[in-house]
Amino acid sequence: MKAATPVKSEAEKALATTWAKTKDALPGKGSVAARREAAFEAFAAAGLPNRRVEEWKYTDLRNLMREAKPLAPPVGPAGLVRAQGAGRVFAAVGVRRLVLIDGQFISELSDLADLEPGLSIGSLAEALAANDTDVVARLGAKSPADKDVAFALNTAFMGDGLVIAVAPGMQIARPIHLVHCYTGEEAAAVFTRSLVTLGGGAGLTLLESHEGPDGIDYQVDNALDIVVGDGARLERVKVGAEGDAALHVSTTVVVLGREVEFRDLLFTTGGAVSRNQVFVRCDGPGTTLTLDGASLLKGRQHSDATLVVDHAIGGCKSRETFKAVLDGESRSVFQGKTVVRPDAQKTDGKMASHALLLSNDAEADHKPELEIFADDVVCGHGATAGALDEDLKFYLMARGIPEREAETLLIQSFVGEVIDQVADESVRDALTEATTAWLDAREQVELR
Amino acid sequence: MSLLEIKNLQASVEDGRQILNGVDLVVNPGEVHAIMGPNGSGKSTLAHVLSGKDGYEVLGGEVLLDGVDLLGLEPDERAAAGLFLAFQYPMEIPGVATMTFLRTAMNAQRKKRGEPELSTPEFMKRVREQAAKLSIDPEMLKRPVNVGFSGGEKKRNEVLQMSLLEPKLAILDETDSGLDIDALKIAAEGVNRLRSPDRGFIVITHYQRLLEHIVPDIVHVFSKGRIVRTGGKELALELEAKGYADYEEAA
Ligand SMILES: Nc1ncnc2c1ncn2[C@@H]1O[C@H](COP(=O)(O)OP(=O)(O)OP(=O)(O)O)[C@@H](O)[C@H]1O
Ligand SMILES: [Mg+2]
Repeated sequence: MKAATPVKSEAEKALATTWAKTKDALPGKGSVAARREAAFEAFAAAGLPNRRVEEWKYTDLRNLMREAKPLAPPVGPAGLVRAQGAGRVFAAVGVRRLVLIDGQFISELSDLADLEPGLSIGSLAEALAANDTDVVARLGAKSPADKDVAFALNTAFMGDGLVIAVAPGMQIARPIHLVHCYTGEEAAAVFTRSLVTLGGGAGLTLLESHEGPDGIDYQVDNALDIVVGDGARLERVKVGAEGDAALHVSTTVVVLGREVEFRDLLFTTGGAVSRNQVFVRCDGPGTTLTLDGASLLKGRQHSDATLVVDHAIGGCKSRETFKAVLDGESRSVFQGKTVVRPDAQKTDGKMASHALLLSNDAEADHKPELEIFADDVVCGHGATAGALDEDLKFYLMARGIPEREAETLLIQSFVGEVIDQVADESVRDALTEATTAWLDAREQVELR
Repeated sequence: MSLLEIKNLQASVEDGRQILNGVDLVVNPGEVHAIMGPNGSGKSTLAHVLSGKDGYEVLGGEVLLDGVDLLGLEPDERAAAGLFLAFQYPMEIPGVATMTFLRTAMNAQRKKRGEPELSTPEFMKRVREQAAKLSIDPEMLKRPVNVGFSGGEKKRNEVLQMSLLEPKLAILDETDSGLDIDALKIAAEGVNRLRSPDRGFIVITHYQRLLEHIVPDIVHVFSKGRIVRTGGKELALELEAKGYADYEEAA
């Protein structure tokens, strides 16, 4: 990961300045401060990842991130007002909302009453201020994302986030929704880190949304660290709907025990540049994990999904299905790496990435990688990219359906394949509606 | 006024090869016309050009449906004007539920004609009634359009769509192929139920058998991209006995 960058870019210099100015004020002392220091040093040595760094080949962050914005200031009253409608994508779901504005957990806007037995929720900043031993230990532990520079920057600068734990055996019926909202009128940078722990046999639906105003080039570096105990079930759905000038980088680290059922969906419509990296490690046999994605992009949007699934032990099943709908000059990147360690026999891993190109200027890059060190495994990958099927469109039109509506039906069905996998029906409906909204907006632009 | 009037229609495919070489055909309200002709003679091409499929170039001629010039319209506009094509090879559309498809199609046509949308109960009632008449299992309609349907089921689904959309002029392109004897009767009954003094049909087929169930008023022989002979229903029997050898040369 060490790519020498002889001359520091403006953004790299600005990050160093910000670090020097703010590091003493960041929450957490002792080992946490040391960990931050080490993470920043790692970043300083490597620089921002560029196209020569294999994992960032298609998303040259050094080039895409011309400036590094200052850390977002504390949220003021105006910010609270602007954040009012945030998270409405899941308004009909009946969720427990936990609101983070400009990277800061706002308990007044969050639903903290009537916590289900066995559910605990707290702020990361508070846990660090109180030197919470579990949180300190968790942040100090080795992570599958340790070598990644975006994650290192997150470790260095993380300000706040949520610490959520579900006790063993507890099924939390009401989905938890992490509402991330940027409200600044000036561009700033937000670094959030949340920790989620499911005890053995627990169950949770975790929703996440990220949004902010159009036209402001704010920057988000978000990380979510998830540990799922044996026999637990977790479904995570992340909606990336950042403003149209925003830069969004998210790192999700997931460590799964045995016989876990983990399902993940990345649904992305927003942001000028977004990168979702997911590192999953299976530590116990009998686990099933599904990583799905749907990106709906237009204009000059760039969205990258980079997944690393590490079968550290045999007998697990992984499935990845990514769908990108690309209009305008947009670009989607899918990088899927499946690692099967020498003893991980009976691993079953498949990934597929499909792009629907609505314009000649759109681009889809797929890079599947299999690193297999065991011999008794079933692994595979597939990728397609193409325009809408003209014959299908004609069939619909021949029945009286206008061209636009026919296209909408076909695009919905393309994306529907992954949305339909979501277990929670109201979440499914919310995502279908978000897809429809995107398609309607596309129609509006064309009519203008 | 005639229902459909095709005058000297000529069309080529993308590679420039001319397939339709001057088709003339008049269908009056209430008539059923059968078109028979050898493989590759251009019957499906005629159906596609009439319904506005991409990939063909109209080189000349005119098509009027109820006085409306079809060739200037998009496929959806032609459908709303009252044209229906039962495809020789119906498409499978994964991810689009059959019910959504039927409803979208019916309402799109109604909207274009300035009629109000169907209410959900009214829509469901119509679909259930027609499906029952065609012996289509309602469970099948819960699946995506034609996905996992047998060849015969797909053809019956075409007849269902026709029954629901109630076109002025329906073209059935080999709707009989792939149907077993019972299904053939059911599909034919579906067509016969729709027969009315103001509706017209063009039935493209290779087999006289279908015409025993859907009795045509007029039979045309199609060869090398045009109609080379026209007669009554007895012409179908003659073709069945003699084949197309005479016409291959005549064309
Ligand atoms: N899109 C196309 N591109 C090139 N050639 C085409 C295309 N569509 C049709 N053709 C050719 O045009 C000719 C007529 O085809 P068409 O399908 O209309 O025949 P048909 O009379 O319907 O035959 P069948 O009885 O076998 O269904 C054939 O030679 C066919 O190969
Ligand atoms: Mg044909």
